[in-house]
Amino acid sequence: MRDRITAFLVLLPSLVAVGIFVYGFIGQNLWVSFSDWGKNPTQALALRPELQFVGLENYRELFSGFVDVRFRQSVVNLIFFTLFFMAGTLGLGLLLAIALDRGPKGEGFFRTVFLFPMALSFVVTGTIWRWLLQPQGGVNVLPTLFGFPPFNFPWLTTRQQVLVFDWNQLPFYTALAVGLTLLYLAWQAHRGGERKRLFWSLLSSGLLLLWALTLGRNIRLLPYAEPHGFSLALVGVILAAVWQMSGYTMALYLAGLRGIPVEILEAAKVDGASEWQTYRYVIFPLLAPITLSALIVLGHIALKIFDLIFAMAGLDYAPTDVPAIYMYLLAFRGNQFAKGAAIGILLLLLVAMVVIPYLASQLRKEVRR
Amino acid sequence: MRKWLLAIGVALGFSALAQTGKLEIFSWWAGDEGPALEALIRLYKQKYPGVEVINATVTGGAGVNAKAVLKTRMLGGDPPDTFQVHAGQELIGTWVVADRMEDLTSLFRQEGWLQAFPKGLIDLLSYKGGIWSVPVNIHRSNVMWYIPAKLREWGVTPPKTWADFLATCQTLKRKGLEAPLALGENWTQQHLWESVALATLGADGWANLWNGKLKFTDPKAVAVWDTFGKVLDCANKDAAGLSWQQAVDRVVQGKAAFNIMGDWAAGYMSTTLKLKPGTDFAWAPSPGTSGVFMMLSDSFGLPKGAKNRQNAINWLKLVGSKEGQDTFNPLKGSIAARLDSDPAKYNAYGQSAMKDWQSNRIVGSLVHGAVAPESFMSQFGTVMEIFLQSKNPQAAANAAQAIANQVGLGR
Repeated sequence: MRDRITAFLVLLPSLVAVGIFVYGFIGQNLWVSFSDWGKNPTQALALRPELQFVGLENYRELFSGFVDVRFRQSVVNLIFFTLFFMAGTLGLGLLLAIALDRGPKGEGFFRTVFLFPMALSFVVTGTIWRWLLQPQGGVNVLPTLFGFPPFNFPWLTTRQQVLVFDWNQLPFYTALAVGLTLLYLAWQAHRGGERKRLFWSLLSSGLLLLWALTLGRNIRLLPYAEPHGFSLALVGVILAAVWQMSGYTMALYLAGLRGIPVEILEAAKVDGASEWQTYRYVIFPLLAPITLSALIVLGHIALKIFDLIFAMAGLDYAPTDVPAIYMYLLAFRGNQFAKGAAIGILLLLLVAMVVIPYLASQLRKEVRR
Repeated sequence: MRKWLLAIGVALGFSALAQTGKLEIFSWWAGDEGPALEALIRLYKQKYPGVEVINATVTGGAGVNAKAVLKTRMLGGDPPDTFQVHAGQELIGTWVVADRMEDLTSLFRQEGWLQAFPKGLIDLLSYKGGIWSVPVNIHRSNVMWYIPAKLREWGVTPPKTWADFLATCQTLKRKGLEAPLALGENWTQQHLWESVALATLGADGWANLWNGKLKFTDPKAVAVWDTFGKVLDCANKDAAGLSWQQAVDRVVQGKAAFNIMGDWAAGYMSTTLKLKPGTDFAWAPSPGTSGVFMMLSDSFGLPKGAKNRQNAINWLKLVGSKEGQDTFNPLKGSIAARLDSDPAKYNAYGQSAMKDWQSNRIVGSLVHGAVAPESFMSQFGTVMEIFLQSKNPQAAANAAQAIANQVGLGR
C-alpha cells in the first residue's frame, strides 16, 4: 500500500504535466477546430477572441469546399509520399544491410557512410537536394561526366501528375482499400484457423465492397469533377527523404541480421535450402518485427513531414504541398485558426491510426509475458 | 486603471527631458536590409541616449516568418512596443479590425504628416476615420527591368502595352530567345499578375476590385487571367525553382529580355551585381501602367498595451521625419514616403522613382499587403496554383471570388 502511494506521488507531476500540456491542448485544439476562429476578422486576432461553435463545418469545407482544393491535393500528396518513402527506405535499407552483412572489405567505413545522412537535419538535406535537383545542374548533368546527354527531367519544377483520379471517387477508393485489407485479414485468420475472426472480417469486408461497388460509386462530394493525382514534383522530395532515412533502416536490419542465431541458418543449410529459400523462409520472417517497428517510425515521420518540403520547395508551391504545410499557411499566414486546427486534428488521427495498433499489440505482448 | 497609467506615462514622458527605459522594435530587417535599420536606430539613440533599444528581428523575406512570430506574441498578450508591418490592409485587416492598434491621427496632425505624405498614401493607411501606421519607405511594384545594350542587340524596344509585349515576345522567340520574360517562384508570379491586372483594369478598376465594386468573375477581371496566361507563355518553364534574384540574373546574363519585379531589384543590381543604374540596366513602368505608381510600404504602428508607449511614439516621430526617412531609405534602396525628401541622397533609380511618386496616380499592391487583408492574400497563392494547374481563367476567377466572399473583401 505504502509503495503504491509513493509510486503514485512520484508519477503525479509527470501525469499532471502530460495531462495539461499534451491532452489538455489536444482537447483545446479539438474545440478550436469546431469553432469559427478566423472566419470573422474582427475576432481572429482580438485580445480575447470570442468563438462560435460551428460543429464539423471546417472539416466539411476542407473535404468538399470550393477554395480548399489545395488541401485535398496535399492529402493525396501525403499518401503517395508516405507510400513511396516507406517502400524506398525499407527496400534500400534492407539491400544495404544484406550487402554489409556479408562482411565486405571496409564494412565499418560503409556503415558509417550510409548512416551519416541520418545525422543531418531535414533542412540541410532539403537545401542540398534543392541545389542538386536544379533543372540545369546537379543530378541532371551527371550523365555528361560519362559522355552521355544530360537528363532533362525538371524535378521539383514540374506540374505533371500521374495516376489522376476524380476526388468524387474518394469514398469508392477508400472503401475498396479498406475492404481489400479486411479481406487479407480474413485470409490470414483462415490460415491461422481462427473461425470467429474469419467470419467477422469476411462479413465486414463483403459489406464494404458491396457498398463500394453499388452506392459508393454514386456519392458526389463536389458538384464538379476535380482531378487529383501523384504529382511528379514529389519524386525529388521522396529521393531526398529516402537518401536521408535509408541508413536508419539499414542499421535496424543489420542489427536484426546479426541477431539471427547461426544455428538456424546452418540448420536451413543442412536441410538443403538454397540461398534464396534461406532468405525467403528463414531470414525475412525473423526480420518481420523489425520491419514493423521501422514502418511505425517511418510512417509517423512521413505523415508529419514539413521541414524537408519547406526547405526544398517552400511553402507556396502546391505540387509538393502536404497537410502540415497547408496547416501552417492557413493558420499563421491566413489567420484561419479553426481550419488550421482541423487539419491538425486530422493529422493526429492519421498518426494515431499508425501508432495505436502498434502500441496495442506491443502492450498485449507484454501482458502475455 | 490602464488609461490612468497611460495618462501618467504620457505626462511623465513629456515632462521628463531625458527619456529612459526600453524600446523594443520588432521587424524582419536583417541581412541586406539590416544596415538601414541600424542607421535609423543609431539616430534614435543620438536623440534619446537614455533609452535601451531592443532590435528584435525575425529573418525571412517579406516577413514570412516574422508575421507568424508576431501573431503568437500578440495572441499571448505580449506585444512589442512597435512593429514593422506592410502599410494598408495587411495591418488594417489583421490588427486594426481586431482592435489591437492605436489610432495615430493626432500624431499625424501634430507632425504635419497629412501634408508631408501624398493623399493616395494616406487613403491606403486609413480605415474608419483613423490613420493606423507611419510609413517609412516606398517601394514600387510595377516596374519592368531590362538591359539596354541587349535590347539594342536584339533590335527591340521596351513594350508600352501588354499587346506590344506579346508581339515583342514573339519577335524575341524567333531570334532564338526561348523565354523572353524571366520569372521566379510563386509569389513573383503573383507579382507579375498584379502588373497585368493593373494594366488590364486600369487604376480605377484595380481599386474597385478591392472595395468589392468589381467582382473577380466580371468578364473584365476574367480577361486579366486570359492575358496573364499569354504572358506566362513567354516565361521560363522552371520558374518555380528560382528566387527573384535568380530571375533577375537571367535578364542580366542575357538569357531573358525582361523581368517584372519590385524596385528592390534596382538595389540588387546596383549594390550586389555592381551595375550602373540607367546605363548598365534600365527600367520602365510595367506595360500599360505608365502614370500609375503601384506602391507598397513598410510602416510602423503602435499596438495597444505597448510597455514603453512614449518611447515608441518617439520612434514613430523619427520614422516619419525627413531626417529619419533620408537616413533610412538610401541604404534600404527604397524612396521616402514624404514628398519633401532630398533627391541628392538617392541614386539614379531612386531619383526617377521620386519624380513618379510625386506626380503619378498612387495605387496599392496586392502581393505586398496594401490592398487586401492577409486572409485573402495568403489564399491568393492557391488561386494562382489553380490557374497554373488548370490554365483555366474562369476557374481561377471563380476561386478568387469565392475567397473574396469568404473573407468579406471590401466590407
